[in-house]
Amino acid sequence: MKILLTTVLFIILAPVAGGLLSGFDRKISARMQKRVGPSILQPFYDVLKLFQKENVVVNISQNLYAFCFLFFTVFTGVLFFNGADILLIIFSLTLAGIFFVLGGYSTFSPYSFIGSERELLSMVADEPMIILTAVGMYMVTKSFSVADIAAYGTPLFFYIPGVFLGFLFILTIKLKKSPFDLSTSHHAHQELVSGVTTEFSGKPLAWIELAHWYENVFLLGIVYLFFAPVPVIGVAVALLAYFLEIFIDNINARVKWQWMLKSAWGAAIGLGVLNIFILYIVQ
Amino acid sequence: MSFMSLILFLIIFPLFAALLMTLLKNPKVRGFFVMAASLVIAAASVALLVMNLNNSGFVEYAVHMEYIEYAMTAVLLLISVYIIYAGARDKKYHAVVLAIVQILATVGSELLFGGKAEAANALMLDNLSLLMVMLVGVVGSLICVFSVGYMEKYHHHKHVADRSRMFFAVVFVFMSAMFGLVLSNNLKWLLFFWEITTFCSYLLIGYTRTAEAIRNSYRALVMNIVGGLGFLAGIVWLYETQGIIEVDKLLALNPALVVVPVVFICFAGVVKSAQMPFSSWLLGAMVAPSPVSALLHSSTMVKAGVYIVIRLSPLLAGTKAGLFIALIGAVTFLFASLIAISERNLKRLLAYSTISTLGLIVACAGVGTYQAVWTAMLLMIFHAVAKALLFLCAGTVEGGTDSLSIEDMDGLIMKMPKVTVFILVGIAGMFLAPFGMLISKWQALEALVSVNPLIAVLVIFGSSATLFFYTKLMGKLIMIVHPAGKLEKGVTGGEWFTLGTLSILTVAACVVFPVISKYLIDPFIKLVYHSTVSMSAGNIVIMLLMMVFLLLLPLQIVLQRRDKRHVSAYLNGANLTEYKDAAEANDHFYTAGHNVQELKLSNYYLEEMFGEKRLGLVGIVLTSMLLAILCGVMFL
Amino acid sequence: MSYFKKSPWLIHYDGSSCNGCDIEVLACLTPLYDVERFGIVNTGNPKHADILLITGSVNEQNKSVIQNIYDQMPDPKVVVAVGICATSGGIFADCYNVLGGVDKLIPVDVYVPGCAARPEAIIDGVVQGLGVLEEKYKNRKERKKKVNA
Repeated sequence: MKILLTTVLFIILAPVAGGLLSGFDRKISARMQKRVGPSILQPFYDVLKLFQKENVVVNISQNLYAFCFLFFTVFTGVLFFNGADILLIIFSLTLAGIFFVLGGYSTFSPYSFIGSERELLSMVADEPMIILTAVGMYMVTKSFSVADIAAYGTPLFFYIPGVFLGFLFILTIKLKKSPFDLSTSHHAHQELVSGVTTEFSGKPLAWIELAHWYENVFLLGIVYLFFAPVPVIGVAVALLAYFLEIFIDNINARVKWQWMLKSAWGAAIGLGVLNIFILYIVQ
Repeated sequence: MSFMSLILFLIIFPLFAALLMTLLKNPKVRGFFVMAASLVIAAASVALLVMNLNNSGFVEYAVHMEYIEYAMTAVLLLISVYIIYAGARDKKYHAVVLAIVQILATVGSELLFGGKAEAANALMLDNLSLLMVMLVGVVGSLICVFSVGYMEKYHHHKHVADRSRMFFAVVFVFMSAMFGLVLSNNLKWLLFFWEITTFCSYLLIGYTRTAEAIRNSYRALVMNIVGGLGFLAGIVWLYETQGIIEVDKLLALNPALVVVPVVFICFAGVVKSAQMPFSSWLLGAMVAPSPVSALLHSSTMVKAGVYIVIRLSPLLAGTKAGLFIALIGAVTFLFASLIAISERNLKRLLAYSTISTLGLIVACAGVGTYQAVWTAMLLMIFHAVAKALLFLCAGTVEGGTDSLSIEDMDGLIMKMPKVTVFILVGIAGMFLAPFGMLISKWQALEALVSVNPLIAVLVIFGSSATLFFYTKLMGKLIMIVHPAGKLEKGVTGGEWFTLGTLSILTVAACVVFPVISKYLIDPFIKLVYHSTVSMSAGNIVIMLLMMVFLLLLPLQIVLQRRDKRHVSAYLNGANLTEYKDAAEANDHFYTAGHNVQELKLSNYYLEEMFGEKRLGLVGIVLTSMLLAILCGVMFL
Repeated sequence: MSYFKKSPWLIHYDGSSCNGCDIEVLACLTPLYDVERFGIVNTGNPKHADILLITGSVNEQNKSVIQNIYDQMPDPKVVVAVGICATSGGIFADCYNVLGGVDKLIPVDVYVPGCAARPEAIIDGVVQGLGVLEEKYKNRKERKKKVNA
């Protein structure tokens, strides 16, 4: 019963939170550029409009992948907020991401194709650090279950600050923010048009947007986990992290994939792995 | 039939089948008998499993035939003599030298043993053996069934001498040797079967007799002879210091007393399972027909290598030697996965993927905790099934398109839809949640993290590389291109049967793995380690749910509205307008001078970063250093 | 209720323009005019766009491109011709390779004259286009209802 309630609440509330976050993102970005910026509710208008548009396709299989992307992203979030095994949750997220990438491939369009390749590279870049985050949490709490990790007495941040910083680093990749927004872009023109999502329109495009909202809420949930024993600070840090990402987004230009891969793996090794080794030796 | 006679039947029956193959000239008749023999072998393996389900202990059997050991020695000497002859013929003198060393070593060790080294029980059966018997018996037989149709077409396409009789005979000898290998308790017998598999793989790799095939067959031979010599050294050392030559007695000893022989034998296992720095022989094996690749990679040969490491893993647990063997495996896993990113040839990509997976198994076995060994055994099952499927599919694709280059596989789903679906199942089986390999990787992580974070870190980075090369391959296959083609007409019923069965097994293995674990693996773990692995029921339910979703979601494609407007992909408005059908306008566009240009999309291979030349060297240096340290460690 | 008025995404195509109008279009995005405050996004992608904004006239070289981009846009969609060249061909109308305004090729919903059109005029044109978009959406919905009935 509790599981059902959490699931329903997550499915309803996460897009509200995700959409608002995205709205703040656009507003704050605009203010940073000395613009007025759109309404906070703008992302909702956009998605609702997409639901009202015609769906033109290159082939019908692309819609399947978009749907699977949304489905498994929601599934990931449901698992997370029900306190399941964090590794399983990460693998589920990866599965969702793979469907997103396959959607780009299926269209045989040069822009979504290169977008997909780059999205894959982003996944390769950020995946080790995400799993290291789970490993770090396990080393402190001796459990992979999110429920157990959240119930741990002291904030994990004090044991694994390196892992936390490493996670913040790859959060930029996960949120598709500059300097790592190689695969798809919410901003105006870029060399890949809209990257992976180029060939999507109407409802499936709305699904993809929704999936990103769910994903963002889940990712901030992981940030929250580092401070779970003190919920107020946890939420505050998660929001701060999001603000930090917006800031980084606005002060950086896009980098090449080589730089992304090297820096992300470098951060994973220099921050994540080092922290875990120190923890291992201390224990 | 008693266990004993069934075990003997499994070893001896394939030999008769092999003999029969050499006699049958008519391909149709031979094909029939290959299928019949495969069926018998598969049935016998399943029978052994069913009969043994309630008897989960370690059962040993005495074999009282004195002359049999003389016969084995004689066969080994004959093989060495043949290698000397063939090596001289093919001008591979390093093989000749090694064969002479092998003769000396065989004779020398016999003199040392002086006929006194006798095992009380030559054969044995426990759940690990049983698992291997199932892999060899079921997957191996399926590959045989596939080969019947495949080899016939193979000789239509390729201009090489038709030596199918020899092919099938060797394959059956191979299976016999594998059964013998996993059922032997006497280490000398085990070594005998070990050398037979080496020799068989040499014959099969060199099947086409092209210059490349001959070169690669000798590379495999030489490396594995070196490994075999290590094995022999291990046995001799064990007999000289402890006076035993049985697996069960070895396992009962204090690990500290037998470090040297265990390391020697594991060295042989590392060579045979194609770990770096010895991985090149398995890559070279790609020149053989695809069923050979499938056989070597999935159920036989390399699995013999990991089998012996898993068998000895209780003696490796917690030792420095075990740690370094695990590190060799983990480094191999990482580097093979990274190199696979740069591979453009489907079979080579699969080969690197095999090497990396075997690395993970070796890493788990080297760590040797109960959870790690449990994972290693699961990995063997999942890998055997999925990899056999993938290699056979690769063979079918080559038959249909005359190419193994991934760049030529754009939109394969439009040209060979069924085969592509099978490939997708196989790929999913290799790395996607909730399929088998991922379950094992997940468990491997949980097992490794608590023992040694360094190994876990190597595995974590390697996994993300796996994700990359498999997904971009999938992407190529599922592109929708026009026009559709019909390239899978020539696939025979036997081949469809094998591909279909293996696909079902890939999915089924992950659905029923809790059952496999409960009846086959847990009893073994409990017997050896006195503890059991438990995956929480919740997680299993979640994975089953994911599986159900994955099977149901493709229905969306059937259910969605069909009246959608189809438009061409966005090519800056430069799409070819001469086509009426928007979909076909997709892959041609006008250049600035209004010339028509075909659209070509090429995957990222990132050679300058992940190329074989660069990373292969690093991997070989690293693993060689680890091997050197291992040698130092074992004598400390 | 439709959301087209609140979220117009557009694609800008530059025909045989002198680039005067194009610069004015881009000026709309700058902090001074900031069209994003109306939810307007320059997507650069026909599959995402609601409004096709064309500057410059149609010529023999670009007519197939304009047609193609127009066809690739999902319904409902409107076309806004910005600048005198896009509305009628302007001073280039008599050139040997110029067909004329955009309406020679595809239906245009809003004309924004000017040489070059000022940002205020462009924004006003887009806002007028939104009304047409809304209407087209309603028509489309009714048509669909009829088909289904």
